[in-house]
Amino acid sequence: MTNSTGFKSYFQLHNVDWGSMMSATWETVWMTLLSMVAIVILGIILGLILYETRNKPGIGYRILNWLVGLFVNIFRSIPFIILIILLLPITMKLAGTIIGPRAALPSLIISAAPFYARMVESYFREVDSGVLEAAESMGATTWEIITKVLLPESKPALIAGATVTTISLIGYTAMAGAIGAGGLGNLAYQDGFQASNNTVTLVATVIICLFVFIVQFVGDIFVKITDKRTL
Amino acid sequence: MIRFKDVSKQYSTKDGGLTAVNDVNIEINDGEIFGIVGYSGAGKSTLVRMLDGLEAPSTGEIAINGTDVSKLHGSQLRKQRQKIGMIFQHFNLLWSRTVLDNIALPLEIAKVPKAKRKQRAEELIKLVGLEGREHSYPSELSGGQKQRVGIARALANEPTILISDEATSALDPDTTNEVLDLLLKINKEMNLTILLITHEMHAIAKVCERVAVMDSGKVVETGSVFEVFRHPQQEITRKFVSEEFTPQQSDNTMTLDELIKKYPDGQIIRLIFHGPQAELPIVSDVVKRFPDLTVSIISGAIHQTQEGALGSLDLQFVGDDSQINDALEYLKKMRVGTEVIHHD
Repeated sequence: MTNSTGFKSYFQLHNVDWGSMMSATWETVWMTLLSMVAIVILGIILGLILYETRNKPGIGYRILNWLVGLFVNIFRSIPFIILIILLLPITMKLAGTIIGPRAALPSLIISAAPFYARMVESYFREVDSGVLEAAESMGATTWEIITKVLLPESKPALIAGATVTTISLIGYTAMAGAIGAGGLGNLAYQDGFQASNNTVTLVATVIICLFVFIVQFVGDIFVKITDKRTL
Repeated sequence: MIRFKDVSKQYSTKDGGLTAVNDVNIEINDGEIFGIVGYSGAGKSTLVRMLDGLEAPSTGEIAINGTDVSKLHGSQLRKQRQKIGMIFQHFNLLWSRTVLDNIALPLEIAKVPKAKRKQRAEELIKLVGLEGREHSYPSELSGGQKQRVGIARALANEPTILISDEATSALDPDTTNEVLDLLLKINKEMNLTILLITHEMHAIAKVCERVAVMDSGKVVETGSVFEVFRHPQQEITRKFVSEEFTPQQSDNTMTLDELIKKYPDGQIIRLIFHGPQAELPIVSDVVKRFPDLTVSIISGAIHQTQEGALGSLDLQFVGDDSQINDALEYLKKMRVGTEVIHHD
């Protein structure tokens, strides 16, 4: 192996181990997608609780709103890298290990779900109150209003928000990778930085960028398909 | 029968209490089209929202066929709501659903099986004249078409009462008339009680049999539309009636002040005709009997109400006061309603 220095060092493709690049890419993709599934479910549930308990009379609602709001605000404000370290014992218990993509999932989910929950809450608040009232006047239960009106009427926004969250999550996976979670971030750090192999770092970056573009593209298409407001 | 008995509604706001509805007593018969007219903030919407249990009255009783709806809760209240259809100023359709699925929504809520939902929705689409638009989304429809979907949706569960809350206020005059005609049609065909909330006297005149006039939470006048138009008792009612009688609502419509400025001499008299008098040569009689009077026609309009035609004619009389008074006397004898708008 020859290692050049300077600008040239970025373009020594013969230094790239394509096998480990492929498996690192795969790790990043599934870490992202798997945690996104959990984030969307958890985020919608938390967002729904925030929305439904907001400005409602009754002490029970107020306490619930305050508790969920507090949880969301706390985990949204902890820097991700610190959150990983903070959650290590919990990760150990849940995943049985603190190394590898599996170990990254709890901290990815706990940091991004509150972020998405706040978005979800604001999307629900943007649903036309007249339409909600119309459903109420038809005799709909709260659950029917949620499933038949609130969720379908905010679907494009929910998808757009999930797209944004996925993209910032890809950034998080790279950060998690740097401290041992595997994936492209890990590869760029270990095989790229520590082995002074700039080409690996650059290829990993390009793949991550491609992944981001694909996510944005697919997200935009789904938003367009589901949004029937302007035709 | 719907009966509002001593109904009041207070809100507490930052600036203290606010009485939105103040001691309202109204009885509405089955199968009737009943109008509630008033300016925005008069309490009309609050009143009908209480009928649907969307708001609870502070005091009083709201009974539908003897059941006090303000006492209903939970599933009983939801069942009751299914028996009341509601249409809105801004249609309140789900943009995410097609016409067919919007109409099927109340049926889904009423747990009607899927095959029957589709069949019922298709019937309703035919009733409101939207054949061929079943699979369109609301964003592809005009305002009038959207309101037709709103009406079809409101009728889905075969309600006994239909509440129209400013349903024509966002529509242009032609579309307003189309929607009002549709309401008349379904009232006749389905023997539906309709509560029409509006600030447009035109809509009231066109479809309602009786009307209640609301002003700052109170019902200030109730009666048959025909009577209210002929003999408005309250200042606010007169204002509503004269708004409707201002001819053609077009650019050349003049306000009272402009009229007075333009015709400063003599007196401006408004004559109200109804039914048979509209066919008598009353104006030419006046001209013949009082040759010293100069009579000019300023404006006029004729309106069709559910009980017959009502006409209004604004005239300028110039001449002796005694002559003018005699002319007014004569008009009264001919049972023409008169109102002196301006006296110089």
